[in-house]
Amino acid sequence: MQNSITIVLSGEAGQGLQTIEDLLTKAISDSYYIFSASEVMSRVRGGNNTVTFRISEEKVFSFRYEIDFLFLLNDHGLSRLKQRITPNTRIFDQDRFAGEKSVSKDSNMVILGFIAGMLGLEKAMVINLIRSHFSAKAKERVSENERAFETGFDQGSAEPRLNLTKSSAPGTYKILDGTQAVGIGALSGGCNFVASYPMSPGTGLLTFMADHAIAHGVLVEQAEDEIAALNMVIGAWYAGARGLVTTSGGGFSLMQEAVSLAAMTETPCVIHVGQRPGPATGLPTRTEQADLNLVVYSGHGEFPRIVLAPGSLEDGVLLSQKAFDLADQYQVPVFILTDQFYLDAKGQMERLTLNEDGLKQHIIKTDPNYLRYTLNASGISPRGIPGYGTGFVKADSDEHDEHGMITEDFEMRVKMNDKRLRKENGLLEEYVSAELIGPSEYQHLIVGWGSTYGVLKEFIKTRTTADTAFLNIKQVYPLHSELLPYFKKAQSVTVVENNAKGQLADLLVLKLGVKITNRVLKYSGEPFFIEEIKKRLLEVL
Amino acid sequence: MYSYESDFPIDIAWCPGCGNFDIRTALIQALQELSIDPTLLVFASGIGQAAKMPQYVNANYFNGLHGRALPVAVAIKASNPSLTVIAEGGDGDMYGEGGNHFIHNIRRNPDITHLVHDNMVYGLTKGQASPTSQIGFVTPVQISGVTNEPINPLALALTLGATFVARAFSGDIPETKEIIKAALLHKGYALIDILQPCVSFNKTNNFGWYKSHSYHLDETHDAKDLNKAVTLALDTQKLALGILYQSNGRPTFEEQVNIYKEDATPIVSRIRDIKAINALMKA
Repeated sequence: MQNSITIVLSGEAGQGLQTIEDLLTKAISDSYYIFSASEVMSRVRGGNNTVTFRISEEKVFSFRYEIDFLFLLNDHGLSRLKQRITPNTRIFDQDRFAGEKSVSKDSNMVILGFIAGMLGLEKAMVINLIRSHFSAKAKERVSENERAFETGFDQGSAEPRLNLTKSSAPGTYKILDGTQAVGIGALSGGCNFVASYPMSPGTGLLTFMADHAIAHGVLVEQAEDEIAALNMVIGAWYAGARGLVTTSGGGFSLMQEAVSLAAMTETPCVIHVGQRPGPATGLPTRTEQADLNLVVYSGHGEFPRIVLAPGSLEDGVLLSQKAFDLADQYQVPVFILTDQFYLDAKGQMERLTLNEDGLKQHIIKTDPNYLRYTLNASGISPRGIPGYGTGFVKADSDEHDEHGMITEDFEMRVKMNDKRLRKENGLLEEYVSAELIGPSEYQHLIVGWGSTYGVLKEFIKTRTTADTAFLNIKQVYPLHSELLPYFKKAQSVTVVENNAKGQLADLLVLKLGVKITNRVLKYSGEPFFIEEIKKRLLEVL
Repeated sequence: MYSYESDFPIDIAWCPGCGNFDIRTALIQALQELSIDPTLLVFASGIGQAAKMPQYVNANYFNGLHGRALPVAVAIKASNPSLTVIAEGGDGDMYGEGGNHFIHNIRRNPDITHLVHDNMVYGLTKGQASPTSQIGFVTPVQISGVTNEPINPLALALTLGATFVARAFSGDIPETKEIIKAALLHKGYALIDILQPCVSFNKTNNFGWYKSHSYHLDETHDAKDLNKAVTLALDTQKLALGILYQSNGRPTFEEQVNIYKEDATPIVSRIRDIKAINALMKA
């Protein structure tokens, strides 16, 4: 385990935890590596929510279960956190800062100051952050917040020094959450149309795109339902835009017919599915990786598709950018498959310089002889859009001929079906390679996808014996045989997934015929904690 | 004059005597008289016999899923407002399966023309009740007769704020053509409910029934009078034909989209600057 400290703030919805999280992650990231994640109940007010900060000397993107410092903003949070408390946990209950009520209406700023003081952060820098955060509010309120912060800061500074080394390197990173990473990736992929119906945890991306709509020229529309959302996105792509829909498993279930429509009409589309525990409404604000099968098998009929699953923040950007290019190039549905944990957790990311490749469109100018569904070797018929050129663009959801006219000719049916399926050969040539972390020669291979990236990487990095490596599969569908050598080398293969069945493990067996030794699974609605992953992997390795 | 006939043979799947043929004639005449360039015209349709219209009119089309023509149409228009967009289908497609899109796109007010062939029955699935089937109508499924109150698309559209609401009869090609022309010229969402006999599956509401149960609005009708239009729409005994209501001035969906307020360039013609995105990386 990395040298780190874990600070948890516990309060109820509406107590301003989000503000502290935003300010503190920014402030801390100047001197330390930081990971933060909030855990919320599905309600607007009340309940018990927590924010966890993991402050480290090395880059970090995972939870530690044990709490070093616990700040209680109300009196009913402790019982839910009992198991995370050790004899070394320092608990600051709600009365600890209550005396400072004279300086501020709430004690949040005092706590912010206390933590900043305790961590030895630069006072002026944090005050500037507070000022810019509250700049829209009344001056009186700003100075009140500053006084409260300073009171806390002085008390925190008097605390014993922490065994944690500061450095200037973390400050060079960008701090963001998974939602923002996917959003930046979508913008760099040329996304200029978003239609969605709100559903946690997919809504964050809708909000992000709306927030950036005017600056980047993105048409964002809240659809009347999920069915409309994906049909709108398909309509937008048909017209020449680059559309995105964002949802969660339940909303995506409603979109499945439209996935099949995109496949038949060979209209590209990009679908972000932020997973949460199901079935049905499940646990609306928690995390799970149980919708891999749903996206892989969604929609009736047989057709190619691509499923990308970012695990790091960098991959959130790069894979989302790539999703638009792949969709456009191969005229297939492309999925960005994430989960609540990945989307809501904040961490640090290298400030990538994105190139223009992702913006290149694969559209042709039509002439009067243009046929939308030309039969050819690659299966990719050049795609025209209405109004660009002198030809007609005729797209049909019925089986069709090269013109796009409805046909019931069995021979044509087979030709068209083969043509659509043939696209998989080409898109596999652009398979997004998996990332191997750890020694290139190993006895044990751990396999994961998506949001388990951070915790499994930390497990490998801090493991003392060099006999184990971690393979992060970024493109989970279709799988490429280039992955086989990784499995052949290993004496044991352990697949780690945030679901109850081991859906990727099943897919690996089915598609690549590999042997899976162990499945380490979790489906409580929480992500894996580092201590837990260590314990459970050591049981099987 | 533009031609809307394909230069390759087409096999029309409609029954002989179907009202769809007359609607097709009226539609093509309307497009020709307005000189709409077919390369800048897009049909969005769903599933059903009416929804096959784009197959038989030589222009761009996206023939999608049952009930889902409107979401596709509004997105095409919003992505490229320089296109003329027609959403076309039958009563089951548009008012039944696509009912939610019907309601919410009236609220949105995209600048599209919505042609709904209304024959009060399902044709392609062989004669079941449609949302506009009349009470008592006996079908292979509704064996004791329809008991659901039929939907009133015109009254619904009027009360949701539609600014062009009309009813046509396929048997009157010249009037249907004129109404389609007015709808195409109207800025904003324009609904035409086109009454049409189904010669195969609706023996009750046949040509003669429509003739005796409808009348043409005359020049004294004030199409600006919303209350009058609602009264006319609510009369289901004697069906008024013509433009029941039309008002101008309500901003369209595309006009109100925030990004088009500052820059009217269609999103499909804009070029994204990667520098602006890399600036986000630095922020």
